[in-house]
Amino acid sequence: MELTVKDIQAWLNDYTKLIEENKDELSLLDTPIGDGDHGNNMARGVGAYQEAFAKQLPATISDTFKTLSMAMISKVGGASGPLYGTAFMNMTKTTKGMETIDSIESLTEIVKQGLAGIQMRGKAEPGDKTMVDVWSAVVTALENNQLNEEKIMAAKEATKDLVAKKGRASYLGERAIGHIDPGAASSALLFACLLNYL
Amino acid sequence: MKKIINDPSHIVEEMLEGMVKSYSTLIRRVEDTRVVAKTAEHSQVGLVSGGGSGHEPAHAGFVGDGMLSAAVLGDVFTSPTPDQIEAAIKAVDHGQGVLLIVKNYTGDILNFEMAKDMAEMEDIAVEIVVVDDDIAVEDSTYTAGKRGVAGTVLVHKILGDAARNGATLTELKELGEAVVAATKTIGVALRAATVPEVGKPGFELKEDEIEFGVGIHGEPGYRREKLQASRQLAEEMVDKLVAAYDDKPTEIGVLVNGMGGTPLMEQFVFINDVLNLLADHGINVTFHKVGNYMTSIDMQGLSLTFIDLNNTAWLEALNTDVTTISW
Repeated sequence: MELTVKDIQAWLNDYTKLIEENKDELSLLDTPIGDGDHGNNMARGVGAYQEAFAKQLPATISDTFKTLSMAMISKVGGASGPLYGTAFMNMTKTTKGMETIDSIESLTEIVKQGLAGIQMRGKAEPGDKTMVDVWSAVVTALENNQLNEEKIMAAKEATKDLVAKKGRASYLGERAIGHIDPGAASSALLFACLLNYL
Repeated sequence: MKKIINDPSHIVEEMLEGMVKSYSTLIRRVEDTRVVAKTAEHSQVGLVSGGGSGHEPAHAGFVGDGMLSAAVLGDVFTSPTPDQIEAAIKAVDHGQGVLLIVKNYTGDILNFEMAKDMAEMEDIAVEIVVVDDDIAVEDSTYTAGKRGVAGTVLVHKILGDAARNGATLTELKELGEAVVAATKTIGVALRAATVPEVGKPGFELKEDEIEFGVGIHGEPGYRREKLQASRQLAEEMVDKLVAAYDDKPTEIGVLVNGMGGTPLMEQFVFINDVLNLLADHGINVTFHKVGNYMTSIDMQGLSLTFIDLNNTAWLEALNTDVTTISW
C-alpha cells in the first residue's frame, strides 16, 4: 500500500463532493436529535477547504491535512468544527515530513492520532453515540488490515441503538435511541471514500 | 417557511449590519468579523459572550456600558468559531484580562475553549464562566451536563455591573460561578423554531401538544404533553424550579422569557400565575423581568428563570442602569 500526496488530495476531494451530495441527508439525521444543521455546517467547511486548497495548492500530505483542519476550525463552528479540526490538526502533525504513507501501519497511526485529537477535545468514549464510534471502529479495522465498507457502515448504524452521552443529542436521553448520530454518519463518508485509494 | 429575509445564507450578516446601523452610538462592528463591541471604551476586565445567532436580542442586544463588552455572532444556532471569539477577546482586552460567558452546549464550549487557548498564547489572561441554568435535563448520567439558556442574561447583567465597578478577572470568575449556581431555568414550547437554512420546524407538535424541557436551539425537549392552561403550566414549572434548590429560597428574581413567537400578552398572563403561586409558596419576589431576551428565532413558547437573591448586592446589580439596546 502506498498513498501519495495526490491520493490524499483525491481522497479529500471525494469527501468534499460526498458531503455536498449528502448535505440534506446529514441535516435530516441531525433533525430528530440535534438542531438539523450538521449537513449545512459540514458543507460550509468543505467549501472553505476547496477555496483554500485552490489558493494555497498544498504540496505535502501534512499541508493538505492542515488546509482541511483550518477550514473546519474557522468555518464550521458548532461541535463538528473543533472536533474535525483537531482530528486533522493531529494528522497534520503525524504526517510532518512524510512524502508518502507507505504502509497500513503508518496509515493506522495517522488515523489513530486523529481519533486521539477528537477524544482529547470532545472527551467522548466509544459507545457514547458520537463520531468517535466510527473513528475507533476504523482504527481497529485498520489494525487488522480489514477496513471495508461493511465495517464502516456497521459502526455508523450501531450508533442508532445507543443512548447519547455527549453533544446535543445527550439532552434527549433515551429519546435519541433509534437515530443514527450525524457526526458518525459524516465520518463514515470520510472513510468510505478512503477505500478507493487503499 | 414564511420569513422576511433575502437569502438564508446571508441572514446573520444582514442582521448584523442592520443592528449596527440602527444603534451606532451604542455598538460597533469589529472590522472583518462577526463581533459587536461597545462603542465606549472603559478600562475594565472585558466581558465577552455569544453563541449561535437566532437568540436575539441575545447577545448583541446586551452589549454596552454595564453589561457585555462584546458579543460574537455565530451562524444560526451554531457556535461562532475560535478565530472570531479570539477577535472579540482582542477587541476588548485592556490589559486586565477577559472573561468569557459561555452557555453549556458542546459546540460553544469547544470553540470558546480553543479561543481561550489562542488568546493565552498571545499573553491575554482569559477565564471562562459556563452557564448551565437549565434544570429540564435531570438525569445527569446520560448528559453532557445541563444546558445554558435564558438565565445567561442575568449572569451578563450581574457580572457586567461588577466589571464596571472594577472587579478583577479572578473575582468575576468566582462571582459568575456563584450566580450560575443560584440561577435555574425551565422552558416549554408550543411550536418549534424554523431555522432559515433548513426551512421547516425542528420538530413537529400537534395542535394540542406542548414540548416540555426544550432548549433554545430548536432541539426537542425530553417530554411531550397535552397543552395545559397557563396556571397549570406555571404550577408545574414553579414546583420544578423550587425543588431544584437544595434550600428553598426566600427572596428571588423572576425572568419570564419569550422564545420569539409568544406574544407579550401570554407572557404577562403567565407571570401573573407565577407570581400568585410564589406568594402561596411564601417566596418573596424582589426582581421581575418579562419579555423576549433569549429567543429561539420564532419558537412559540417561553422559559421561566429563578435567581436566588438572598444576596442584596446582586439585586442592586440587576437594577443598575445600562446603555444596551435591549436590557
